Amino acid sequence: MPLLDIAGLTVTFSTDAHQFIAVDDVDLTIDEGEVVGVVGESGSGKSVMALSLLGLIDFPGRVGARRMTFAGHDLRGIGDCERRDLVGKDIAMIFQDPLASLDPCYTVEHQLMEALAVHGTERERSSRVARRTRALELLQQVEIPDAAARLNAYPHQLSGGMAQRVMIAMAISCQPRLLIADEPTTALDVTVQAQVLDLLLRIQRETHMALILITHDLAIVAETAHRVIVMYAGQQVETGPLPEVFETPAHPYTQALLAALPESSRDHARLQAIPGVVPGAHDRPAGCLLSPRCRYAVARCHRDEPALLGPPGRGARCHFRLDAQGHPTGGWALERRVEAIET
Amino acid sequence: MLEARDLARHYAVSRGFFKHKGLVRALDGVSFSLREGKTLAVVGESGCGKSTLARQVTMIERPTSGSLLLDGNDVAHADVAARKKLRPRVQMVFQNPYASLNPRKTVGTLLEEPLAINGTQPRRARRDAGLAMLAKVGLRPEHYRRYPHMFSGGQRQRIAVARALMLDPRLVVADEPVSALDVSIQAQVLNLLMDLQQEMGIAYLFISHNLQVVRHIANDVLVMYLGRAVEYAPKDDVFARPAHPYTRALLASTPSLAAGRRRTRITLTGDLPSPLDPPSGCAFHKRCPHAVARCAIEVPLLSTFRGIRVACHRVAELNP
Repeated sequence: MPLLDIAGLTVTFSTDAHQFIAVDDVDLTIDEGEVVGVVGESGSGKSVMALSLLGLIDFPGRVGARRMTFAGHDLRGIGDCERRDLVGKDIAMIFQDPLASLDPCYTVEHQLMEALAVHGTERERSSRVARRTRALELLQQVEIPDAAARLNAYPHQLSGGMAQRVMIAMAISCQPRLLIADEPTTALDVTVQAQVLDLLLRIQRETHMALILITHDLAIVAETAHRVIVMYAGQQVETGPLPEVFETPAHPYTQALLAALPESSRDHARLQAIPGVVPGAHDRPAGCLLSPRCRYAVARCHRDEPALLGPPGRGARCHFRLDAQGHPTGGWALERRVEAIET
Repeated sequence: MLEARDLARHYAVSRGFFKHKGLVRALDGVSFSLREGKTLAVVGESGCGKSTLARQVTMIERPTSGSLLLDGNDVAHADVAARKKLRPRVQMVFQNPYASLNPRKTVGTLLEEPLAINGTQPRRARRDAGLAMLAKVGLRPEHYRRYPHMFSGGQRQRIAVARALMLDPRLVVADEPVSALDVSIQAQVLNLLMDLQQEMGIAYLFISHNLQVVRHIANDVLVMYLGRAVEYAPKDDVFARPAHPYTRALLASTPSLAAGRRRTRITLTGDLPSPLDPPSGCAFHKRCPHAVARCAIEVPLLSTFRGIRVACHRVAELNP
């Protein structure tokens, strides 16, 4: 049984006049010890999806799902009390901007001990000394130099990389089985980013926890994840194991996104840009959401919304799934030719 | 066209009432040259002096010492009037198009403003120039009377580029112009910048921390660390044969699709040191895997090594 099993996750935000679907029918399973990357441009619903797992979507947002279980617990309709037992202990999260996530008024030690006092082992809950020892241990585990001195530091005395290490220490303090990292290195410099990623992966290997890595950087996912979910405008457009998905993408969006990276057009003067922009809240097109920007779009794409189809664990939300050579299949050539004749 | 010699900019900072003033050497003896229609990329982590460099080149500030030649005129020592005359030749595009466009002005007003301030053209001509520029950056005439909030990030950056080009500058300083944009939009804006360069022969001083982008757009690369240039070389040399240990570490730290699964690699330990209290000798020696005793004492100077410029004591040993 997978650790986290979600089917048909939908998050909607509605006002009196409009309903906005931020996350649309996303399936996600993750096993113990697995690293899953979630990639997508801004506005694709990556972060909202992560927040919905923790129950952090407030009114007027609504979360629905066909199935949503974590280690045997049904997360749908779970009470606040039960949720508090899980979140922060078995499910932990780290956010993009570490200095915004830490409380500026308390020392690192205080904030580390706070989680231990609620979710720690019995000894840690009862003894302040045990908590303090554990806090120091955690800082050493995330390789903070001179950890004992840093315990009494306030967040503003830490650099960005150091603050993110403290966030990681807090997240792993109660040995979570699932860690959700939402753009953990976006605010950091490249050399520090490499350090933090290496640290995160080392801890993941050592503790055998599951890791959901949310990022907009395809290269980071390529280097770290076992599986990837590509999101576009709230929908999961492609999913599958790595490096397969990036070597032979089955969805035109994945293909175009990879081609748009400067790395992919090294010998060409021009980059292969995707025309247009990600559709906003109120201008989602009919049919396939990518259709106005897709180079392969035919009449059917503008009319019918495709479903996530394909072999288990290797789905793509496209009528004309791309083959290994990157060409659309399923009678696409014929449809295109018919259209050319008609016009 | 643009040449900097030993350009330096120091800032005095107060560290409290009873303490001595601190001195931040934000830019400490940087030299480079840039030819017409070419792109020089300035690469480095935050706090390395990239943006200070941009402020000197765009004549927002005067350098503390050194000289900066723009078309043969030394702008560092020129008087106020001469600097004012030279300023239109250098324009700037900023990182965040959500902050760099005045939300209370229409696109048209934003585009015409530089002409109204610096030119003598009648209103009609300014409007024509604005519309022509709008078309050049791939926006439609109906966008002319809209406000910045009605545009997406990519479109806003196009507007920012258009505004920078209104005065027909010789040099555009682009400070992280695509790092706030999504991948698919980033490619659009980079293509636009390259097209405009070819069409108008503008030179770019392209400031970025993204080496993949730099690799695509630059002719020469200047790698900076704590206010000093550590390597200055043509792009192909930097990426194929990085000579300085810091350049190597930057390249190794950059995530890449081609690299496959993450290996253990030569990542640097530690953070950037504080510019208020830089390490003695080579500023990089505390993080450098190849540091020897000499590195802690003596500041390495930028010197020529096999045709490129590197500041490292051990460059010959490290590049056999």
